[in-house]
Amino acid sequence: MKADSGNVLTGSHYLDGNYATAEGAIAAGCKFFAGYPITPSTEIAERVSRRFPLIGGIFVQMEDELASMAAVLGASWGGTKSMTCTSGPGFSLMMENFGLGIMLETPCVLVNVQRGGPSTGLPTLPGQADMMQARWGSHGDYEVIALAPDSPQESFELAIHAFNLSEKYRMPVLIMTDECVGHMTERVVIPSAEEIDLAERRYTDKKPGEAWPFEETDDLIPPMLPVGEGHKFHVTGLTHDYRGYPIINAEAQEENVRRLVEKVRVHVDEIIWLEEEGVEGAEVVVIAYGITSRVVQPAITNARAEGIKVGQIKMVTVWPFPEKRIRELARQVKALVMVEMNYGQVYLEMNRCAAGQCETYLVGHAGGTVHNPDNIYNTIKEAVK
Amino acid sequence: MSVETKNQARDEHPIEHLLRMDRIPHIWCSTCGLGTTVRALAEALEQLEIDLNKVALVSGIGCTGRVAGYLKLDSFHTTHGRPIPFALGLHIARPDMKVIVFSGDGDLISIGGNHLIHTARRNVDITVICVNNFIYAMTGGQVGPTTPITAKSKTTPYGNYEPPFNVPWLAASSGATYVARWTALHVRRMTTAFKEAITKKGFSFVEVISPCSTLYARLNKLGTGLNLMKFYHDNSEIRHGADLGAVSIDYQSKITVGKFVDIERPTYLDNLNECHKKMFGDKYKPYGGGNGND
Repeated sequence: MKADSGNVLTGSHYLDGNYATAEGAIAAGCKFFAGYPITPSTEIAERVSRRFPLIGGIFVQMEDELASMAAVLGASWGGTKSMTCTSGPGFSLMMENFGLGIMLETPCVLVNVQRGGPSTGLPTLPGQADMMQARWGSHGDYEVIALAPDSPQESFELAIHAFNLSEKYRMPVLIMTDECVGHMTERVVIPSAEEIDLAERRYTDKKPGEAWPFEETDDLIPPMLPVGEGHKFHVTGLTHDYRGYPIINAEAQEENVRRLVEKVRVHVDEIIWLEEEGVEGAEVVVIAYGITSRVVQPAITNARAEGIKVGQIKMVTVWPFPEKRIRELARQVKALVMVEMNYGQVYLEMNRCAAGQCETYLVGHAGGTVHNPDNIYNTIKEAVK
Repeated sequence: MSVETKNQARDEHPIEHLLRMDRIPHIWCSTCGLGTTVRALAEALEQLEIDLNKVALVSGIGCTGRVAGYLKLDSFHTTHGRPIPFALGLHIARPDMKVIVFSGDGDLISIGGNHLIHTARRNVDITVICVNNFIYAMTGGQVGPTTPITAKSKTTPYGNYEPPFNVPWLAASSGATYVARWTALHVRRMTTAFKEAITKKGFSFVEVISPCSTLYARLNKLGTGLNLMKFYHDNSEIRHGADLGAVSIDYQSKITVGKFVDIERPTYLDNLNECHKKMFGDKYKPYGGGNGND
């Protein structure tokens, strides 16, 4: 399916990351946005509220982030592509119904424009310290998909990609951007509608009375049931069987949760998106995501000028973690360096997968500004010593 | 439904065709007020003769939260306190459908209180049925936002000292266009109220005073659920249009019931459409159409 030309602002624009995210979502066909103002994410809501009336979308400013996430799920079950955006404190509140979205297998997109935390932290300055909350923030066991754009252009593109993944895997998808990308203004080229591929929602082809909301399928992704068509289906946040009926025992729990986890794990090769450069033959590989993947560039250039073989991996998807690739690399390189605006979150996964096969380094700090490339450079030097 | 099928259904059980019979028996205690309340809603839906494919039910968490699992409608059992915002999203995505929230006092008045007042303020065209049993029953009988002063619960073992919410007053002052209260034994009047609430254009709210046999009745030594159901009914006073400031409920006091509010006010989508029409003129295509009656 192609994007609707009525929604797509084809052309070359000068946009910040937040506006670009909004345009990406609109191009993806998002027609419902429920949100609550929070710095530094609010421009997404502002742009959407300005753009929606003439393209048949509805923006609702909710009473809080708990309600925002709940309304997004309700609208998605109503058949409308839906999203919300927030930052740290609101992300904490949204974790409640994000979990319901995982359990009800509800396609939607949640954008976190990360700022410094904990608590109110640094409302106007960047951070990347919600990455583990993105992974584990709602209670219980589940897998997530999280994307990290590094620019306004990528914010536009990943917003579309996030909607497509959410429909394909029937689950909420996270965009974990940050204040820096959100407020950075750059050229954004929006292609024509015909150049934008959209994933359609997969509905059951069975008749009412014959279909269930969580039927077993080969790909572990059950087709959805549409509301209002006579299926009279039931879904619940309780542990349930394929019929959507609550079953409170260990066997049902195993079956339900295992599939939620497996439906992502069996598809990791399709989901994971890494951009590698100069990794072949490298002694050191620098891994980063979001804005940080741009900040590492001068450090890599300087190190290469001195003859050090440095590779770079930009993680476009952070979750699911590229476990297989990191294990492979750990056997080939001297050291892996994770650069992120926190004191070691995605680093923990990298270190786990390296499993002692190579040295691992974290270049981290508490947020508020991007890294000083000198610190990254110094770590690269130390790693090849 | 044809008369013949209807009769056949009545031979089996009057509302069997509206229940998920594969989920019966339900989990509720005997003499709980939820039985008559669910029955009244089923009866109301049937009497309205609306297309049941176009009715969705949303519940939160708690004993009443389980209603979504038993009525044979598109039904959503959501998180604690959040059925109203979930319903808001569903209603906006499908304004042609009737969206009914069916949940308890703890869910809607305490943890979900903020959503209740704001959704009433916006006058979102949904119906909220709040079953008030004065206690958190699913978790074993703790004090709630509606527990009358002096009533005992597991967390007010010496009696409750917090003033409860006057629920109809809260809903009305927040902007609800229809507010009624009945007890679980006012089956006929409750059914009428449900019908009126469902057809009402705007945010409609019905409180049902319901006995909790296992916890509230037992902890307060009030006899069986049936005794309590009859007590609520017999101690109620029908006063339509009553001054809502005066309808709060004290421990085992008189209960003022009736239809308190029935007014017209533009809905959320009416206001949104009007604003955008004014701004954009013919370029704007009104969103959603009617209130689900078309």
